[in-house]
Amino acid sequence: MGRQEEVILEMKDVKVHFHLDEGVLKAVDGVDLRIKRGKTLGIVGESGCGKSVTSQALLRIVPKPGEVQGKILLYRGGKDGTDEPVDLVKLDPRGKQIRDIRGGEIAMIFQEPMKAFSPIHTIGNQIIEAILLHTTDDKEEAYRLGVNILQKVGMSNPEQRMGEYPHQLSGGMRQRAMIAMALSCNPSILIADEPTTALDVTVQAQVLQLINDLKEKSDTAVIFITHDLGVIAEMSDDVAVMYLGKVVEYTDVDTLFHAPKHPYTKALLNSIPSVSMEKKRLESIEGTVPFPMNLPQGCGFYSRCKHAVDGVCNAADVPLVEVAAGHHVRCLMVESERTEQEVEA
Amino acid sequence: MTDMSAQLVLDVQAMKKYFPIKKGFLQKTVGYVKAVDDVQFHIRPGETFGLVGESGCGKTTLGRCILRAIEPSSGSVLFRDREGRVRDVMQLEAGDLRAIRRDMQLIFQDPYSSLNPRMTVLNIIAEPLVCNGMLHGAELKERVAHLMELVGLNSRHLERYPHAFSGGQRQRIGIARALATEPKFIVCDEAVSALDVSVQAQIINLLQDLQEKLGLSYLFISHDLGVIQHISNRVGVMYVGKMVETATTQTLFASPQHPYTEALLSAKPVPDPRRKSNRIILSGEVANPANPPSGCYFHPRCPYAKDKCKTEAPGMRQVGDGHFAACHFAGELKLKGASGL
Amino acid sequence: MPEARFTEYKNSPPQTIRFVDPKTGFQLRPFVYGMSEKVDKETFRRTFAVRPEKKYEIRFFVKGEPYKMWGIIPMDVHLFGLSNPKDPLILMGTDKLGHDLFSRILYGARISLSFGLLGIVITLILGLVLGGISGYLGGISDTIIQRTIDLLICIPTIPLWMALSAALPRNWSAAQTYFGLIIVFSIIGWTGLARVVRGKILSLREEDFTMAARLAGASNFRIIRKHLLPSFASYIIVNVTLSIPGTILGETALSFIGIGLQPPVVSWGVLLQDAQNLETLAHHPWLLWPALFIILTVLMFNFLGDGLRDAADPYK
Repeated sequence: MGRQEEVILEMKDVKVHFHLDEGVLKAVDGVDLRIKRGKTLGIVGESGCGKSVTSQALLRIVPKPGEVQGKILLYRGGKDGTDEPVDLVKLDPRGKQIRDIRGGEIAMIFQEPMKAFSPIHTIGNQIIEAILLHTTDDKEEAYRLGVNILQKVGMSNPEQRMGEYPHQLSGGMRQRAMIAMALSCNPSILIADEPTTALDVTVQAQVLQLINDLKEKSDTAVIFITHDLGVIAEMSDDVAVMYLGKVVEYTDVDTLFHAPKHPYTKALLNSIPSVSMEKKRLESIEGTVPFPMNLPQGCGFYSRCKHAVDGVCNAADVPLVEVAAGHHVRCLMVESERTEQEVEA
Repeated sequence: MTDMSAQLVLDVQAMKKYFPIKKGFLQKTVGYVKAVDDVQFHIRPGETFGLVGESGCGKTTLGRCILRAIEPSSGSVLFRDREGRVRDVMQLEAGDLRAIRRDMQLIFQDPYSSLNPRMTVLNIIAEPLVCNGMLHGAELKERVAHLMELVGLNSRHLERYPHAFSGGQRQRIGIARALATEPKFIVCDEAVSALDVSVQAQIINLLQDLQEKLGLSYLFISHDLGVIQHISNRVGVMYVGKMVETATTQTLFASPQHPYTEALLSAKPVPDPRRKSNRIILSGEVANPANPPSGCYFHPRCPYAKDKCKTEAPGMRQVGDGHFAACHFAGELKLKGASGL
Repeated sequence: MPEARFTEYKNSPPQTIRFVDPKTGFQLRPFVYGMSEKVDKETFRRTFAVRPEKKYEIRFFVKGEPYKMWGIIPMDVHLFGLSNPKDPLILMGTDKLGHDLFSRILYGARISLSFGLLGIVITLILGLVLGGISGYLGGISDTIIQRTIDLLICIPTIPLWMALSAALPRNWSAAQTYFGLIIVFSIIGWTGLARVVRGKILSLREEDFTMAARLAGASNFRIIRKHLLPSFASYIIVNVTLSIPGTILGETALSFIGIGLQPPVVSWGVLLQDAQNLETLAHHPWLLWPALFIILTVLMFNFLGDGLRDAADPYK
């Protein structure tokens, strides 16, 4: 590529704990991730693995009684006068600075576009409002930018769409309008939380292509959250697989799909019935994801893992280890295999 | 008594379901939503027929019309019951309908709303047996316990309520209920769509095992092409209430004859980053069944559409051995299958 | 006894219950002092003066006027009182005829509470049946019932109550009027409940588990009994508990303005009739005691309803 990979957001040991009457729910439990300019980081996992809460932590919109710990360093590249990164965890979740970053620096699109729009204002008014908040003070300029951005996301008759209400648009158009609103202030990071799960396949293909095009044009970093491994393969440059609030495997997309190390990733890949696969019995993972509260010591996947060894895997918490350059795996078995190979060599 | 080829379990003919659109104070009917429009297909014993399509294409309505859970507007459903008699489900009176439903059952999509939260698992699974007066007392309990073991649940959990189970386990309860009366034919309506991938694989395997063990036939409804390809012997593709293509799974995925099928196959994201592809991206969205376009419903989105498509609606015609497509140019177009991507 | 009168003590203020005798000191057994009426020669105002020389001790299980427990068992033992039933024990004052207000409030509670409970039973039956028919059958019966509800709801409640209760024949006995009024309240009150029931049934009918039951071969009756009713029973119980106070307040309001129950029937509303004008209130504020009981009852039913709602909601 030639261009140096520039990290614009770094998560260090981020934890989101919910203190409930029944105990501490560890929704996110020590996540380290790096988001690079112009690249897409895919976060994949089953329901309840903490992938959505991770993105909420970035915007500091974790619902109560959730508590964010760790470090989320945002490199603003001199926008606020210094080169020092801002630690989002230290900011007041209702303060001015985080509100500036929300929408301005980091924008988000959701699974259900109807929830992101207010039903009683026109699409145009809502986009203009966002632009006025972050980019300009001139209303006419804001309107022009709004029309521009609608055109960019491929909506026909953008001037007419500006005057329409959310319910007048079809599902795919609504999703486009939401992407337009998210992009209206040129954010450096776009978080997409299951943006195509509610869409039909043919429309999903349109929206995925749109996100990819926009990413390339404006050099935005994208965090793409989904449970669909097909979509992940399509969209991502790097992938983090999450299980029970922890990243279990973190590497580039090609390695993940062609040389996965973690038993969970392997099992997940084998359990999807896919169009290109010849017919054979699906490999399923026994049991279900445990409830992330009062978990026993050791590897979270222990109870469902085929390769688990009693007394090793369930003895202590398993660290995330770099097994090859840029390939991180949280599994003791993989690690011991590697050290054996090294010894042999 | 009606005629049906000896090799079939189910033969659906000219099935239509029109929902009236009512407007105004007097609720005058101003038009119809053609949710299912003149669909026909058949299912052989021990076979899985996959029905695929996007939301609003009428696949769920079709599945429910076959069981008469929704009353169809017209059509016939010939079904061979456990005694081997062929009955037209559409012509049955309430009592006969109840009897024939012991042989045809439904598995729902949503494992949460399909189980009554105020009933124990025992009562839920036993309901079909109790309602049909088939078993009582200890025998009933024994049968339910057996059913639970059959679908991979612990039979000691008979007295638990549904909320104590996870999504996948609840789906197993729903399957056990459907199996209670030993049916021969089951409609699986998006039965694995609401589940996580790893659990989805468990349920698909379970359904396949049960099919083998009990000789079941499935109508498997799904929007997920991967699942459909994995589980089906033959596949039907629906678009805005109409069947546009039916063929054996292999044929359909290898050499589709309808442009919509091709687009569907191409749009499905493949879990392999090396196959990022020259995919066909359709413009626009699924047509509104209340106000469909003229001619072929697919023509506004079809990359191969010609003038003929705008005016004339194509009928189903045979393009190969057991391969039917509703396209004027089926057989003439060079369409790509799943492997060509 | 509600009709018993202390003829010497008309409009008497409440006595104070005492435990300390200035002569003998503290004693565990409570007692009251006697009172004597005085008339101010200039203003003609009647006042009562406490006469500490007359000391009456309050005892449990004293013999007094004969009565019938639950209207059946003849008894003459009272829970508490003075050893001589002729002596005055006036805990909450008396009205202008010398009726002891405390006894009358207790008797009034019978009428007022039973009115609320009986009224809600009839409302419940009407609401369940009509709402159930409307929701489950739909079609024409639904339209007719819904339009009837619309009609009943758009008439303001109090004038409608007044009109209907005024239509009850004057020559009816006290018991007949009582039941007549209950029916009036139920005829107006079922509408809200019927709408709730209809809405619940409509939404539950669409649930997958109802369809599953139908496919399992369950009859309509079984679906209603096994699937629909249990699913909203808790909701109905809460709703009913919360609407009991409404009926009690309605009865009180009607009796207060004089078109509900009539004396000699004693209900809290009837008792409050005495407190209607400002002058009597200024001189005899104890006549407001029934209002306190009404407030307490209404509050308690509300709290009970809230508690039941919390207990019944498993998805909190």
